[in-house]
Amino acid sequence: MAEISSLMHGFSVALSAYNLMLMFIGVVLGVVIGVLPGLGGANGVAILLPLTFTMPPTSGIIMLSCIYWGALFGGAITSILFNIPGEPWSVATTFDGYPLAQKGRAGSALTAAFTSSFIGALIAVVMITFLSPVVASFALEFGPPEFFSVYLLTFCAFVGMSKGAAFKTVASMMAGFALAAVGLDTVTGTLRLTFGHTELLKGFDFLIAVIGLFGIGEILQTMEEGLAFKGVQAKMNAKVVLETWKELPRYWATSIRSAAVGCFMGIVPGGATPASFMSYGVAKRFSATGDRFGTGEVEGVVAPETAAHAAGTSALLPMLTLGIPGSPTAAVLLGGLLIWGLQPGPLLFVEQKDFVWGLIASMYLGNIAGLIVVLTCVPLFAAILRIPFSIIAPVILVICAIGAFTVHNSMFDVWLMVIFGFIGYVFKKLDYPLAPLVLALVLGDRAEDSFRQSMLMSQGDMRILFANPLVGSITGLALALLLWPLLSALWTAVRKSLA
Amino acid sequence: MKVSAIFKNGLTVAVVATMAAIAVPALAWEPTKTVEFIVPAGSGGGADQMARMIDGVVKKHNLMKAPLVVINKSGGAGAEGFLDVKGAKGDPYKIIITLSNLFTTPLATGVPFNWKDLTPVSMMALDQFVLWVNAETPYKNAKDYIDAVKKAGPLKMKMGGTGSKQEDQIITVGLEKQTGTKFIYIPFKGGGDVAVQLVGKHIDSSVNNPIEAVAQWRAGKLRPLCVFDDERMPYKAKVTDTMSWNDIPTCKQSGVDMDYVMLRGIFMAGGVTEEQRNFYVDLLKKVRATPEWKEFMEKGAFNQTALIGDDYKNWVAKEEQRHIQLMKEAGFLAAAK
Amino acid sequence: MSDGNGGSRSVVSLKTMDVLVALIFFAFGLLVAWDSHRLGAKWAEDGPQSGYFPFYVGLIICFASLINVVLALRVKAAEGESFVSAEQLKLVLSVAIPTLFYVLVIQFLGIYAASTLFIAVFMMWLGKYGWLRSVLVGCGVSVAFFLMFEIWFHVPLPKGPIEALIGLN
Repeated sequence: MAEISSLMHGFSVALSAYNLMLMFIGVVLGVVIGVLPGLGGANGVAILLPLTFTMPPTSGIIMLSCIYWGALFGGAITSILFNIPGEPWSVATTFDGYPLAQKGRAGSALTAAFTSSFIGALIAVVMITFLSPVVASFALEFGPPEFFSVYLLTFCAFVGMSKGAAFKTVASMMAGFALAAVGLDTVTGTLRLTFGHTELLKGFDFLIAVIGLFGIGEILQTMEEGLAFKGVQAKMNAKVVLETWKELPRYWATSIRSAAVGCFMGIVPGGATPASFMSYGVAKRFSATGDRFGTGEVEGVVAPETAAHAAGTSALLPMLTLGIPGSPTAAVLLGGLLIWGLQPGPLLFVEQKDFVWGLIASMYLGNIAGLIVVLTCVPLFAAILRIPFSIIAPVILVICAIGAFTVHNSMFDVWLMVIFGFIGYVFKKLDYPLAPLVLALVLGDRAEDSFRQSMLMSQGDMRILFANPLVGSITGLALALLLWPLLSALWTAVRKSLA
Repeated sequence: MKVSAIFKNGLTVAVVATMAAIAVPALAWEPTKTVEFIVPAGSGGGADQMARMIDGVVKKHNLMKAPLVVINKSGGAGAEGFLDVKGAKGDPYKIIITLSNLFTTPLATGVPFNWKDLTPVSMMALDQFVLWVNAETPYKNAKDYIDAVKKAGPLKMKMGGTGSKQEDQIITVGLEKQTGTKFIYIPFKGGGDVAVQLVGKHIDSSVNNPIEAVAQWRAGKLRPLCVFDDERMPYKAKVTDTMSWNDIPTCKQSGVDMDYVMLRGIFMAGGVTEEQRNFYVDLLKKVRATPEWKEFMEKGAFNQTALIGDDYKNWVAKEEQRHIQLMKEAGFLAAAK
Repeated sequence: MSDGNGGSRSVVSLKTMDVLVALIFFAFGLLVAWDSHRLGAKWAEDGPQSGYFPFYVGLIICFASLINVVLALRVKAAEGESFVSAEQLKLVLSVAIPTLFYVLVIQFLGIYAASTLFIAVFMMWLGKYGWLRSVLVGCGVSVAFFLMFEIWFHVPLPKGPIEALIGLN
């Protein structure tokens, strides 16, 4: 097989002591970037990009992609420990990761998150290695209607699964849509819901809302229950890694499903964040213990982490072969390629064999390096929970403030974050679910854009959403998922009333 | 403007231009802390690529002691970035790269800013626009394609572009006016997306910048029909097996009398001193002299016109009038406040 | 609020809060619908106008929150249940108020000085730590963040007069 020999050649390019050192440095930096909500992967990659010019391109891209892996790993850490997603794609990880930490199982949650990240990425890299030509052309099938159907599928996979009052869920989700609409409308170029305030031009950033709603909200909630984070008595020894590994094979089905969801969303490219939500929703629906999701199930950590990492990895494929970045981080990597004089596109795989296979080999190696680094640090991370609340709480608040500020370099956003914090506290106490709001905020405008682009294409004809087998089957699947709980609820209601 | 006029007192711009041309004396102003390089567009786009390119060149050749940091402020079609620099009056630690949204965003949305709130530093290049179709279509030149659009009838053929009421749509409307056709214009978020949508045949044509579509052209997926400029692009090196940028005819030669180029220039906040401006004029001059920059220009087939001082200012003023005219004709102006 | 005797005295009932929040939602929905209507909320020839979706989103918010008001008023179980007790509120405010002050102070002192102050005050007040330890932790964290953001990653954060004084900006 040509791929194997190319890959072996790639390993020979990537495996030098110098490159290995760069890998470890990259991973560690990436983890730091992932942990701090103010520094996104894109941020770190962008800032370190110029430093890598003095290296050969292959070494440079290896270091940069390792930062990327590190950031993907690191996002989970604060989600699990403090309910603060370090990166957008780790929001779904908080749903079960944080309750696990509260139960004193932070070590298990971290191990599960890291390991499933690794597996997700590994599956995606294997796919890139052997299927890249086929898969790359698959992305070309995706026009606006197809994108809309994918977003619809994400929503449908996720709704109907939150507990609590139905109308509170509706209100919360719709509030998310409304917030997503604030700012400039891509399709017509008009400003919506800004009421003449220039601060609102840029819209509500997902990360600011999430830091506030989840992070600050949680601190206020914790405060109410006394001055401590729960889970202090967590086990801190290295054995926790092995114990969790014993448990993980049980969730093989969820892993495979999540990796499939992730690879699909990465290639399309729909992004790692929707992938993690979709995967969580699907896992909850198919798992035997689905109704316990949200209370601290390891499976609820495995699903979003596998998918996010698979998506984050496979997003590099459309970037390399088509020049369309699947994530902001990939966009910055794209800029790096151009500066090195490498033009991403269909010819990159033909003309720059050394580079491409060196990069693919570094994906394998970078992931292994990443896994080793983060797993050895699990006890260390978990030990953070032992720091007294009155020290760690203000530090977390400072991190949140810095995080909110750096998104747009704006003080207004810091205030916004605090307001979202109060909202998060009140919502939680009144049983308004936060997840639908967050999902609507992250996907709302993308879904609306692609829907309206589709309508422009068809001049208002809805049939475009079923116009070919691809879009038709995704839309159909979405509707089936949406109606499933309704139908089954209806069926049980009918049966009850008859009984 | 008022403040910068005060600073300008006594210094003719001619003197300034010469001062910038000779090496800046050792005692001249230079930044002592991080300089923010604002990009009023998303990451991965044309402006972003150029900004990161400049950043890379500055660092590689050690052209500036203080660090330079690229920051994307794309909210509200770039209004976020422009308002940020407008608000930093007199602050020499902020520079901004502009594209046509310098004119189109305030005109289309009514957001309160104007290029006169900023200090023009240097034009880096002009970006071209090329009419592209999928390589599998039978259209060999612009006339073939326009005839096909006419034949299909109004609102049948789809033109993809970046954003709404911005350069791509302005060109589309100009094209419609010139040829009596009517496209369905579909706005996307970025130029790269548009090129891929065209390869995937979800749209029929695009007016991508050369750098956004060159990879797909080289791979034989897209075909350039004409360039929206007065004359052909000067680059004669073969890009594909058979064609160079220079082989693409102008749209005028193909019977479509429409030209449009886009500013890629650098501005600073209003109210900075001449000395401070000269530092950046000089810095950017050094950037343009590097081999990396020349390669970048060629790869993206840029029009390498670079202006500074009054020439630049006058060019921007003229271009603003032209945009007001174009956007008025297209009906894109924001409702009067 | 004066005595936290067992923390049982309720400041506001769950029911009141439920109704209040639902009413705020209603107002928010109305605002969204109203502004979207202004932009045009019809289904035009070529698909929905820019206000179409937000308009209906606003209406749905209004509708859902009306139901939430009714539900909150009718449900018996919530009767007498407390949203927050005096003792709880005191604890929550003891974090919330310093946080608000902190954000306010950032604008005058910059983020590093404000963070040092915030961490130190928080530790002394709520953690009952000695002042030396508190100030050291505060300074340590700020210096670490300064190195990380300004030096390593070149992310400029807001700075104030103190940084200017020692020439760090």
